[in-house]
Amino acid sequence: MSKVRVLVGTRKGAFILESDGKRESWDVSGPFFTGWEIYHMKASPADPNRIYASQSSGWFGQVMQRSDDGGKTWEAVDNKFLYDGVPGTHQWYDGSPHPWEFKRVWHIEPSLTDPDLVYAGAEDAALFRSTDGGKSWHELSGLRKHDTGMRWSPGAGGMGLHTVILDPSDPNRLYIAISAAGAFRSDDAGVTWKPITRGLVSEFLPDPKAEVGHCIHHMTMHPERPGVLFMQKHWDVMRTDDAGENWREVSGNLPTDFGFPIEVHAHEPETIYVVPIKSDREHFPLDAKLRVYRSRTGGNEWEALTSGLPQENCYVNILRDAMAVDSLDECGVYFGTTGGQVYASSNAGDTWFPIVRDLPAVLSVETQTLS
Amino acid sequence: MAIIKVIVPGHLRTLARLPSSEVALEVDGPVTQRSIINALEAAYPPLQGTLRDHATQKRRPFIRFFACQEDLSFEPPDAPVPDAVANGTEPFLVVGAIAGG
Repeated sequence: MSKVRVLVGTRKGAFILESDGKRESWDVSGPFFTGWEIYHMKASPADPNRIYASQSSGWFGQVMQRSDDGGKTWEAVDNKFLYDGVPGTHQWYDGSPHPWEFKRVWHIEPSLTDPDLVYAGAEDAALFRSTDGGKSWHELSGLRKHDTGMRWSPGAGGMGLHTVILDPSDPNRLYIAISAAGAFRSDDAGVTWKPITRGLVSEFLPDPKAEVGHCIHHMTMHPERPGVLFMQKHWDVMRTDDAGENWREVSGNLPTDFGFPIEVHAHEPETIYVVPIKSDREHFPLDAKLRVYRSRTGGNEWEALTSGLPQENCYVNILRDAMAVDSLDECGVYFGTTGGQVYASSNAGDTWFPIVRDLPAVLSVETQTLS
Repeated sequence: MAIIKVIVPGHLRTLARLPSSEVALEVDGPVTQRSIINALEAAYPPLQGTLRDHATQKRRPFIRFFACQEDLSFEPPDAPVPDAVANGTEPFLVVGAIAGG
């Protein structure tokens, strides 16, 4: 019997939600790491019992946790994230140079094949890698030392590296995204990087088509279409069919194309999901109606999915890493809100139900489909 | 070698799985903030980096060090702590600042 595990990171701890393949009855365990911010938890595709968690606090800094028994018990592993060499400066909000300072890990991306190999995306933007299951971390500094690095600047939430995508067809190819530096690709396992932003247009930039400076909120890729990526930018939903060399807008008939998460269906590479948010000034759903939008055509043509979601007086936000899908035969879709609800759909978004309603603000949602 | 009493905040007690918030530490050489924290981190590795930034080794902004009814947070890290702390009579308190939600 298949089983689903949903890993939920919140402002005040972590929770694990589990169900059998019917996804009707759920067990909730946690909170783990009570009182700490859990920016992200993610499991190893190569070992479902291996889960990594990023635990942080404004008082005590960064802690990294690892479980080897599916989240029952945890062990603190190495939290020493040191930039390689003299970090130098990036651009501050006012345009002045500002020293690179490690703050926290926003995103964890375990290897597709090796449980001990894991990547960590950090604020201030940098990519770290561990090859020993988190016992030590080393920066892949070619990214931060890119020629454009001095011109990178933070978004309102900080300069976080929030997206890491591993290409299953090419172990040397990685994609990352940074708010608000842009998107980059490496074809040599993270040694060198190139911006992949051609086609992005951001009106808040002096040059709206600049190579760097775009505020990318999230990116996703279907594993069977490694050259096709979808992006939720600050404004605009975008796609590329050539590994980021060229992007085109696919916002189509969305009521607003501002938002944070974007996900792709587990079995249908042209079916994608976004949650439109009113605007960059008002981070809540348009018309106070919580609607997931689904495109079955890889963008441009979108339908609102509302069944089971609040359609009045809803003022929550859905953060960039707070949406995920499972890979059961009928694809499940999950997202968490800043109001503490975790909604699920066991029919690819047609209908929704809350698994839990009153968690702390949800920062991230990931899933595991277990056999 | 001195035996120092250190009291840590509840979150760090949980993180390091301490049986109590008060721990006794053996400190070699001069008893200073730095030597106390070095001993604390050596005895309880999960606490590494939680009181001082790994890169700068500076006290984290929302961490305070109190002892003998005094705030020692802004004393130089290599300054001797009060005798009552150094001889184990009074504890060295690590305090999380009252802030946040």
